Amino acid sequence: MAFGLRYSLIGFGAGLGALIAAIGPPALAETPKRGGTLTYLIPADAPPTFDGHRETTFATAHTGAPFYSVLIRINPENPGSTTDFTCDLCTEMPKPTDDGTTWTFNIRQGVKFHDGSPLTAADVAASLNRIAFPPQGILSPRSSSFEMLDKIEATDPNTVVFRLKFASTAFLPALADPFAWVYKKAILDKDPHWYEKNIMGSGPFKFDVFETGQAIKGVRNPDYYHKGQPYLDAIHGIYAPKQSTRVEALRSDRAAIEFRGMPPASRDELKKDLGDKITVQESDWNCGSVVTPNHAKKPFDDARVRRALSLAVDRWKGAEALSKIANVRTAASIVFPADPLSPTKEQLYEIAGFWRDIDKSRAEAKRLLKEAGAENLSFELLSRDIDQPYKYVGIWLIDEWSKIGLKVTQRVLPSGPFIAAQRAGDFAVVQAANCHGVVNPLIDVHPYLSSSISKQNYGNYEDPKQDELLNKAMHETDPVKQKQLMFQFSKHVMDTEAHKLMILWWYRIVPYRSYVKGWKISPSHYLNQDLANIWLDK
Amino acid sequence: MYRYIIKRVLLVFPTLIGAATLVFIMMRLIPGDICLVRLGGGGTSFTAQALATCHAEIGINRPWVLQFLDFMWGLARLDLGNSMWSGKPVVMEIATRFPISLEIAIAATLISIAVAIPLGTISALKQNTWIDLAVRTFSIAGLATPSFWLGIMAILIVLDVTQAISGNPWMPPIDYVPLWQDPIRNLSIVMLPALTIGYRYAAVSMRMTRSAMLEVLREDYIRTARAKGLVRKLIINRHALKNAMLPVVTVIGIEFAFLMGGLVVTEQVFNINGVGRLMVLSVQNQDYTLTQALVMFVVTIVVMCNLVVDLLYAWLDPRIRLA
Repeated sequence: MAFGLRYSLIGFGAGLGALIAAIGPPALAETPKRGGTLTYLIPADAPPTFDGHRETTFATAHTGAPFYSVLIRINPENPGSTTDFTCDLCTEMPKPTDDGTTWTFNIRQGVKFHDGSPLTAADVAASLNRIAFPPQGILSPRSSSFEMLDKIEATDPNTVVFRLKFASTAFLPALADPFAWVYKKAILDKDPHWYEKNIMGSGPFKFDVFETGQAIKGVRNPDYYHKGQPYLDAIHGIYAPKQSTRVEALRSDRAAIEFRGMPPASRDELKKDLGDKITVQESDWNCGSVVTPNHAKKPFDDARVRRALSLAVDRWKGAEALSKIANVRTAASIVFPADPLSPTKEQLYEIAGFWRDIDKSRAEAKRLLKEAGAENLSFELLSRDIDQPYKYVGIWLIDEWSKIGLKVTQRVLPSGPFIAAQRAGDFAVVQAANCHGVVNPLIDVHPYLSSSISKQNYGNYEDPKQDELLNKAMHETDPVKQKQLMFQFSKHVMDTEAHKLMILWWYRIVPYRSYVKGWKISPSHYLNQDLANIWLDK
Repeated sequence: MYRYIIKRVLLVFPTLIGAATLVFIMMRLIPGDICLVRLGGGGTSFTAQALATCHAEIGINRPWVLQFLDFMWGLARLDLGNSMWSGKPVVMEIATRFPISLEIAIAATLISIAVAIPLGTISALKQNTWIDLAVRTFSIAGLATPSFWLGIMAILIVLDVTQAISGNPWMPPIDYVPLWQDPIRNLSIVMLPALTIGYRYAAVSMRMTRSAMLEVLREDYIRTARAKGLVRKLIINRHALKNAMLPVVTVIGIEFAFLMGGLVVTEQVFNINGVGRLMVLSVQNQDYTLTQALVMFVVTIVVMCNLVVDLLYAWLDPRIRLA
């Protein structure tokens, strides 16, 4: 019943999803045209490997997704939604049985891998088992997303059954992971590392050629099981890590689209130069700028000091101003703003740092600092050597903190040393990002759990109370109660203990050539990348 | 001459071993962990087991001494191992990027020689005239302007000019094709980076040519040649230019070696998938094996270029080989 209620919220979520596309594609549906080659830019050097099960970078998703199928996915026609899941390889979205602990998926018949062999439930089960329960020596960074999962079985060639340890609303979003590509079991059995260097799936495009660090090419799969798709004859992804190159390539039509996102200035520049030849889609991004004080360093072991840091930051005004120059826009809690589990605005006003009256908030911050004996505190903010939005947010934070008398400097490190410094606890306060693919708040907040539980929590703190709150939310299937529990968890993390300072949610801006049709923006650059529904109007 | 060559070649080996040791130690002193970049880069909440599996897979959980011995043994066998990031042999990773870097380096060198030696010579011959002033201004501008800025400006100018003329902005393709597959496309890709790099390169060589020529033109043997009544063209070409080329050859050799691994920013600007961009990527990813191999590759090229320059010296100036 509760599950029915949760997923009857699909419409609600879909509505919210539609809202987040600030500038969307034309409202009237157009008839897709067949043919053409889509040239798109991948803002990276190259994927480390082709194996989506082992990699976490979008470079792998943008390279490999067009060649693979998944069991379920976020609806490609409504990717802005956080709850609208649809079948890719299954025939229809099942209803769970056994009090929500058994999910039985029927697999489409007649689906073929690109080598001509049939795809069966055994291939689906083998692939998902590899992700959820990686064998010895197999790397799977997403196994932690399946903590509710007990077993995956292919009961017959057309049926896959998932048995859960406990019912959880986090299961479907975890299953809809855009990296959960279905591989051929026979290949995995023979060489579990084969897919690291090779591509062979059952997706809308067949692998053509990969030029290391240069380009990936695919051609239309005529046997694709979604009728009429894909519309394109071929795809051509070009790796272009430098932003100026990508903007220039779009301007000169060397490429039609870059799916990750560009800063506001690039959007404005392209619109100014090309007018209606450029279309823009925008969305909140499932990436949040998060500040973590190191609890192992004084005075950040004191909740009053941490709360003061949060109270000093005027997110409402900051969001408005920063969104003009940086990829951030929405002030919200640690739950993705468009998700049904996200607190209401009234609830948000109760949390430190989100008060309506910033003067009152800063006065309270000063009082707390005085009480904690930390007036005129000086510290260093550790940040990452990436312009968007780290440097912009970092500079703004320093200015905000100066308004309560804090003297803060910024230490900017490249990615490797940045992560190493966090792990070694070599920082006072760090500004990082919490980014995910499918919006799955119960899993996405894992980095906020006690350090002994989450290896990504560099705050060096243990807090059994908050762990228990999330655990309850994880096991709760009633959406109203679950939402309340998530609010309690958020308030505890962001206010009572102020373990983490949620600053602003990132904002995804994708400008592209107007002749590209059919693509719809989602809250993550990992999603909706199989390119099956894209067509060219030229 | 043969003894000189053998002596110079033998000196290459201790240089390479020293560089290998240094790069191995320096890579491990940089804080960071390739597995954290790989697992944590995408925001996934990975487990401790996943981290341990990653460490074991690429062997960085082994003691440094063992890793070093493996590296040196691999070097001795000319086996540089596999990239920790992609799992592919590093030789393959470098070989894929080498042709474009080499092509740009050769094109830039040719542009530089074609511009620097005639202009540098003319500047010296017309010392303190308006021609000399113009050439010096041109060369100082080349030295003062960073190549990457010049590259960005070159692309923007091409875009703006083509937009103004045709209404549709144009820029060279950004996906490389080899010269033998599509020469026109290839040259349109290589043209702008070669010109922007070649300009700076020419500026250095031009100044060197000018000052060397001025020095040589004041030598006694030039005065003697003039006194003998030799024609001016013969004096310059046969006696002055050849001797003035000694320092110029050194500069050209050093610059060429630099171009093979040092086009870090320029390759980014033009989206050139070359050795310089690979170097940035390998350092960013903390890919020890690939970075070590790339540094060794660049060191080898520098050492080889120096060797060639030394041998050219000996050919150009008999006093060197006889000493």
